Amino acid sequence: MGGHRRGAMGKILAVVLVIIALASAYPILKNQYPLAEDISTHGHLIDEQLHDTMIEAGISFVGAQLVLAFFVWSFSGRKPGSALKNFPGGARVLVIFAFVIVGIEVLALGAFGQKAWANVYFTPARADSLQIQAQAEQFAFYFRYAGPDGKFGMIHPEKIDEGNQNYFGLDPENDVAARDDIVSGELVIPVNREIHLMLHGKDVGHSFYVRELRIQQDFVPGLDLSVHFTATKTGKYEIVCTQLCGLGHYNMKAYLNVMSQADFDAWLKQQSQ
Amino acid sequence: MAETSAQPAHVHAPPEGFIRKYIFSLDHKVIGKQYYALALVAVFSGMFLSWLMRIHLVWPEAKIPGLQLLSKVGAPGGIMTPEYYLSLLTMHGTLMVFFVLTNAPFAAFGNYFLPIQIGAEDMAFPRFNMMSFWTTFAAWVVLMLAFVIPDGPPIAGWTEYTPLSAIGKDAGPGMAWGASCWGVSIALFCAGSLLGALNFIATTLDLRAKGMTLMRMPLCTWAWFITSCIALLAFAVLLPACILLILDRHAGTSFFVPSGIVASDRLQPHSGGSPLLWQHLFWFFGHPEVYIAILPSMGIVSHILINSMRKPLLSAKVVIYSMMSIGFLSYMVWGHHMFLSGMNPMSALAFSFPTLTITIPATILTLVWLGSLYGANLQINSASLFALGFISMFVAGGVSGFFLAQPSIDILLHATYFVVGHFHMVMGVASLFGVFAGTYFWFPKMTGRFMNETLGKLHFWITFVGTYCIFMPFHYLGLVGNVRRYQSFVDDFMAPYIPVHKFITIAALITGAGQLIFLYNLIHSRVWGKPAPENPWNATSLEWTIPSPPPWNNFGDRHPVVYHDPYQYGVKGSAGDFVMQDSPEVIASGD
Amino acid sequence: MASTTAVATQAGKLSPALGRPGISAKSAERASRSGIWVGIFAITMSFMAFSSALFVRQGSLDWGHLVLPPILYLNTLVLLASSGTFELSRRHLELVGGGRLRSSEMGMIWLTVTLALGIGFCVGQYLAWQNLRAQGIYLATNPNSSFFYVLTFIHVLHVIGGISAFVYLLGRLLVSHGSLRRTFFENTAIYWHFMGVLWVYLLLLCRMKL
Repeated sequence: MGGHRRGAMGKILAVVLVIIALASAYPILKNQYPLAEDISTHGHLIDEQLHDTMIEAGISFVGAQLVLAFFVWSFSGRKPGSALKNFPGGARVLVIFAFVIVGIEVLALGAFGQKAWANVYFTPARADSLQIQAQAEQFAFYFRYAGPDGKFGMIHPEKIDEGNQNYFGLDPENDVAARDDIVSGELVIPVNREIHLMLHGKDVGHSFYVRELRIQQDFVPGLDLSVHFTATKTGKYEIVCTQLCGLGHYNMKAYLNVMSQADFDAWLKQQSQ
Repeated sequence: MAETSAQPAHVHAPPEGFIRKYIFSLDHKVIGKQYYALALVAVFSGMFLSWLMRIHLVWPEAKIPGLQLLSKVGAPGGIMTPEYYLSLLTMHGTLMVFFVLTNAPFAAFGNYFLPIQIGAEDMAFPRFNMMSFWTTFAAWVVLMLAFVIPDGPPIAGWTEYTPLSAIGKDAGPGMAWGASCWGVSIALFCAGSLLGALNFIATTLDLRAKGMTLMRMPLCTWAWFITSCIALLAFAVLLPACILLILDRHAGTSFFVPSGIVASDRLQPHSGGSPLLWQHLFWFFGHPEVYIAILPSMGIVSHILINSMRKPLLSAKVVIYSMMSIGFLSYMVWGHHMFLSGMNPMSALAFSFPTLTITIPATILTLVWLGSLYGANLQINSASLFALGFISMFVAGGVSGFFLAQPSIDILLHATYFVVGHFHMVMGVASLFGVFAGTYFWFPKMTGRFMNETLGKLHFWITFVGTYCIFMPFHYLGLVGNVRRYQSFVDDFMAPYIPVHKFITIAALITGAGQLIFLYNLIHSRVWGKPAPENPWNATSLEWTIPSPPPWNNFGDRHPVVYHDPYQYGVKGSAGDFVMQDSPEVIASGD
Repeated sequence: MASTTAVATQAGKLSPALGRPGISAKSAERASRSGIWVGIFAITMSFMAFSSALFVRQGSLDWGHLVLPPILYLNTLVLLASSGTFELSRRHLELVGGGRLRSSEMGMIWLTVTLALGIGFCVGQYLAWQNLRAQGIYLATNPNSSFFYVLTFIHVLHVIGGISAFVYLLGRLLVSHGSLRRTFFENTAIYWHFMGVLWVYLLLLCRMKL
């Protein structure tokens, strides 16, 4: 029931396991799939957490594959009548190892990982943050600025009119606050200023994801959700939808355009006209 | 937990007639084979769908000859529309998770072998058993109906998040009747699974043979038993969820849809519902479901590994308690699918900790498997290759869980290919490896013939290397931000990674072709396979004490009596290095 | 087709009308008892899922107002009474050989009353729905009414399941020299009482969420 030569197949499996383990680790070690550049203030916490986790996961993964390979190599295709041995310490040692070493390692990851999460979610947006409303709909993002009066107009779903570009269902005739609201297909923000992005879902579930910002958050219709962040570098970055929202999901994107404060003020002024 | 005392033999005559024997059979073995056959059809169709998806991903404009036969609307002229990609994606997930991963390792093998391994002549409720299979079959028929209705299958993914799945046709193609087919199909599937779980539990508790204490049950029986306990609670929650979804879709209720929804330029007539409610109900089922998918394979692999190593595991009790704790913890972690969903961010941490804690029993299991290999006398054959491959794959898929369990890292990796790689490896491939191992191992018992070893090994190598080639790169793609459920990659940053997707597609097609070798082997060996004796693997559990294939009443006129645990290997038995579980031979170490 | 005459090969006889291949009477008894409790557990879990959905949903502003139709309280008494009459019938049943029960005339009367009360409960629930419809309150009127209809409807479905078992039970006892497996009687009783307990819970739940 074995290979043609006793133990050949077991040895082959062992070699293949080693190759797979090393081949899998290689792209990570060579950083062939780098994370997007980090343009946020909190992103480094996430990146560090990822890095630490990668080390622990990598050691566990490669270690386990190598041990499996070593044992399969050593203990398959043995001469008939070879004595059986038991792992020294038996199950007890392994259980203790799992609880103590793995338990501590993994729970430490969780405990230290809190920092990054807390940074994003447990601190409220600053009072002087720039408020922008994002609306996700099948299949586009729109962004609304409060305009000079600093107030957002009410959303009237029944007044939504895509044809006339009234994406938010604003009622400027009757609603004073809505008159100066600025609606844009691009999320334009000033650099180094905290943004308080309020998420409004118009139809089904969507999600806002900017890799460089290290921000991802679902839009939930019916819920007032928001995220806050600060971009530290100017440039154009892609916003993609990451929650399946229908046939146009793959193509639902917008751009985050980070400008200097001066450029942003100019842009805002231009939109008001 | 008493076992029965020795009872007189049964009196029921064997089933007569084709219908009673093969169609509406009460025999757990036939029902097990029926589940297996259904899973086979589902896995090959699910795999076929994944081929179509993979081809479309790298050649979106490609004309796939004949595809227009599957759907004129979805693939006019053979070119797949974006919405049809999502339909295939939804059906792929639904078929695989429900009809393959719940059916094959659990319902199929469990039905066939649980009664035999505990020394019973059948399940406790054979009529419920038959009903449970045919209900599952009806669920599959209703699901397949989605392919033939004009609007096509739903496009909301196997998770069918609301409001997308609840507002009907305004949500998009396939969301009128296709999603209703899904809802009814899954509701039926829940009913079938509940009946099945009930059967497994009652049978395990009450129909064990004399001497068969709970701790003397084989590890795969334990796995099936724990799985049925999980399944009982999980499907009992999904069923109400599906009912509420169907009501939202067709009866004008608003369980899951809030007010103010404007889709397809129409204000939807709902108000006050909660999309998060669906997610909570779904994932409360969904997370235990993934353990329902993996636990039976853990049991099967343990069972086979012991036989192949010619020695017991370092501690069967530790394995049993680990599987139990995994089952228990599985109910505390569902929120880790919802870290970014808008639920209270504090709860993210509350869910993160039990998720990370599950690492402990999973690690214990892995270490026990590995540690038991030390000093073993490992026999390599198709079954043991897949069992060993399971360990490798389970670790590979499991460690990516370290990342996803942490909410802060989930910000980066949620809804990317990283997640897709994780669950395909740890749940899809690993679980299937358990099914393959079980098939090669138990085929001689079920049919009286061996499967072809050479083809089996070829199947293993193609599958083992192939699935690593397919799914390991998914993790890297996720790290760079490759979003999932996209029918093509139009993001600027994805351009350099299209070649990786091409590599994956080629690997997927080759690996898929390798599965045809398995199918051929299965069918060919059934008829022309080398005849197998009663105990070809020198194994010890009760299924190896009866003829191959077993008679309709399993043990014939006798009622087995069991004297020790089922893994007496590496001992000086009269027949070799093992002692059968029903042999009163006295051996040095007890159970 | 196969006959079901018991053939004793050793001490102890198999109960003839088991209808299951090869399972001895004692194991079958124990298994069916486990089965009914496992089933009750699963049903409870489902209603817990509905309950949690209700708790989530009732937090929203449009929950709506609902006056529980007064007939519900009568229905409650009817259902609980049926549990009572079920138990009363017990003392008029006698254990005959092979773990089977036979009923005296008095027992049959109590059992028939139980069935009538059970059916009466279902009719009463229907009348409750009619009462709501007359007020213009339907399934989709507001979330409050949605849950009310869903919970009561699904509960009634389960009661009808219990009634079907009950009809079979009565049928076996009615025929001349008719007898019934004791475990079947016990399990039906357990399920029946569970229906009452579940109903009381649902009623309190709906009352609390007015």
